[in-house]
Amino acid sequence: MISVRAICKSFGEHRVLDRVSLEVAKGEVVCIIGPSGSGKSTLLRCINGLESYDAGEVAIDGEPVRRDLASIHEVRSEVGMVFQRFNLFPHRTALENVMEGPVYVKRAPRTEARERAAALLAKVGLAHKLDAYPAKLSGGQQQRVAIARSLAMQPKAILFDEPTSALDPELVGEVLRVMLALAREGMTMIVVTHEMSFAAEVAHRVLFLDEGQVVEEGTARHILANPRHERTRDFLQRVLRPV
Amino acid sequence: MQAFLHDAQDFLPILLKGCVVTVELTLAALVLSTLLGFVWALARLSPVRALSVPAIAIITVIRGIPILVQLFYIYFVLPDLGIKLSAFQAGFIGLGIAYSAYQAENFRAGIEAVDPGQIEAAQSLGMRPTLIMRRVILPQAIRVFLPPYGNTMIMMLKDSSIASAITVAELTRGGQLIAASTFKNMTVFTLVALLYLAMSLPLTYLAHRLERAFGRK
Repeated sequence: MISVRAICKSFGEHRVLDRVSLEVAKGEVVCIIGPSGSGKSTLLRCINGLESYDAGEVAIDGEPVRRDLASIHEVRSEVGMVFQRFNLFPHRTALENVMEGPVYVKRAPRTEARERAAALLAKVGLAHKLDAYPAKLSGGQQQRVAIARSLAMQPKAILFDEPTSALDPELVGEVLRVMLALAREGMTMIVVTHEMSFAAEVAHRVLFLDEGQVVEEGTARHILANPRHERTRDFLQRVLRPV
Repeated sequence: MQAFLHDAQDFLPILLKGCVVTVELTLAALVLSTLLGFVWALARLSPVRALSVPAIAIITVIRGIPILVQLFYIYFVLPDLGIKLSAFQAGFIGLGIAYSAYQAENFRAGIEAVDPGQIEAAQSLGMRPTLIMRRVILPQAIRVFLPPYGNTMIMMLKDSSIASAITVAELTRGGQLIAASTFKNMTVFTLVALLYLAMSLPLTYLAHRLERAFGRK
């Protein structure tokens, strides 16, 4: 469903993505791991056209994704994105945040959108916070609102850009549990993460990215337990046993 | 003191008429400068160079010329080019244009203060640029640009007195005329000063309220 073919991207002299390819089937959960600056986030941002790329192709269900195409807005409305820093709209309540897309992009009737938004917030465990403004919510709660906000668009897939990296350790679990439930329901997901236990449990496939290249790709067990490449082993060593 | 009060009774009706014109002039210039300033700010921030470069040029030129000279230009030079304006029209257009440059910089600061992550979140919902501006950027930018907007209103009220130089019958002009014919400079200009103060006090209060309401977050 999501198809990335040999995309390249440079910021000036620096090559961020070097012929990266990735195919994600419907219902698949793919985790992307790798050191910071390896191009993980950039890859994700190319998939919904937040970032442009220099060469290669990205397509979703055969529809090309390019920032400069008029169809880009349509494409983005079909792919959810959850950010490291949540990026909730601070001037709107949790409920309004979730209603925003359906009402203003999809032109759904307000009452219907409100009902659905309330149901989604209940689903992520925030039925009691419908009227709270983001500033009054914890990081974990904000991220769950953000997930509900992307679900409200009934996306074909959701991209997660380090969704738990900005959270206090004790709040990571509540977000991961919501993501786990989504994965079990068959949501197509690409997750950039440093949570190896989440990758091990949920990912159908894990991609190890380093210096803009896919070094290794395979099942979670394969990559996390028996990495073939030196660079993957090195990275995992540093992540799993930092001291 | 007796004489002052006596003269004040004579002069006030005329000066109050001037106040009405001052308020009209300020409001008209405020509306014009806000609209123009908003256009300049959007053009200035546009990724299209054909828009941003002229906007920068316009703002720079307007900011570099004294308001008085701008008013003279509009009132005395434009008629030579076939554009005839009444003193009031020239006054509010001149003040509006002169202030649009400050408004533009103010709006720009507000818009630029919005976290880029907000725009990305909106984009990833499939929102188009105009919708993002309306639903996401402006409601947040307003927190930044409303407090200085209050101060701009006060400055504009006072600077509307410059229009007296092109014969707009506002408060200062009214004062000048009375003073010239009665030589009671002290009485007249004390009254004029008090009237400006009386008009600016509510605005000062408003500006203070705006700052408290929006400055916090």
